[in-house]
Amino acid sequence: MGSTLSDRDYVPDRVSQSVKIVVLGSFGVGKTTYVRAVSEIRSMHTEEAMTQAGEAIDDLSGVRDKTTTTVTMDFGRLTLTTDLVLYLFGAPGQDRFLPMVTQLMDGALGALVLVDTRRLDQSFTSIDLVERAGLPYAIAVNTFPDAPTYADTEIRDSLTMENSTPLVRIDARVRDSAKRALIALISNMLGRPHLETAP
Amino acid sequence: MSRGRQRTGMVRSYTPTGGVARPTRRTLDDATLLMVDEEKELRGLEPEPYRVMELCRPGRLSLAEVSYHLHLPRTVTTVIVAHLVDSGHLIARAPVPAASVHDTALLERILDGLHAL
Repeated sequence: MGSTLSDRDYVPDRVSQSVKIVVLGSFGVGKTTYVRAVSEIRSMHTEEAMTQAGEAIDDLSGVRDKTTTTVTMDFGRLTLTTDLVLYLFGAPGQDRFLPMVTQLMDGALGALVLVDTRRLDQSFTSIDLVERAGLPYAIAVNTFPDAPTYADTEIRDSLTMENSTPLVRIDARVRDSAKRALIALISNMLGRPHLETAP
Repeated sequence: MSRGRQRTGMVRSYTPTGGVARPTRRTLDDATLLMVDEEKELRGLEPEPYRVMELCRPGRLSLAEVSYHLHLPRTVTTVIVAHLVDSGHLIARAPVPAASVHDTALLERILDGLHAL
């Protein structure tokens, strides 16, 4: 039980260093799809039971409702060099999982915020989170077929993005396309201008 | 209906950890790489730590992967792994965070790796 893994399931033997990049974005923006497209192994998930105190805490009655929800967090792996592996974690998008997302960002190298142009306003929570965590990040517009297309400047304005923050357009289902968001993030961390061409 | 204690699952989460509710160290991350110390005896280990060691023996895995393969909640895995690290059964390597990237060499390696994929 549990020990029927193949060699490919394990990290190559000489790998002794890992880095973590967190993928954020609102519910349904394509985080699971993204992690699945980029991962070299079938994407996996961890589960966590989250206990939350109910909103109504009444001192008089002394009743304190507790509800338990299961959070599923997708993750994937990319072996980058013979001694370095990258883990990608898709953070749950709903507001109620914020404490878990904050914890997840701890120890991360950087973050990607996936954006849907049909619901740009729903990206603010994620952007606020990475900024408050002080993580380097890139914005990746997941280009859904029926989504309106805006110029980069329009997106930057609506998201009040710093000019230095990379903005890329990707198709989260396609590995090479999805990978470009990671390249933009790391290039930017190296202080290199990331030359983005139209998709 | 009584509002007494309710059982919410088959096994209470502290059972596989031997009654311990918190990890003994705070440095264990989802992306922490775990390696087995081959010299260490597995005899005397509780069933769940034993399963973790069996899983990790053939090669390296991150904490998140151990959780996934053993179908254990992440917090439970963290507690078990923390003990195995304390006892020297496992060696843990934390991921490199943004704050400690002082030189560009690591970023260059990441970028080269991404381009080569």
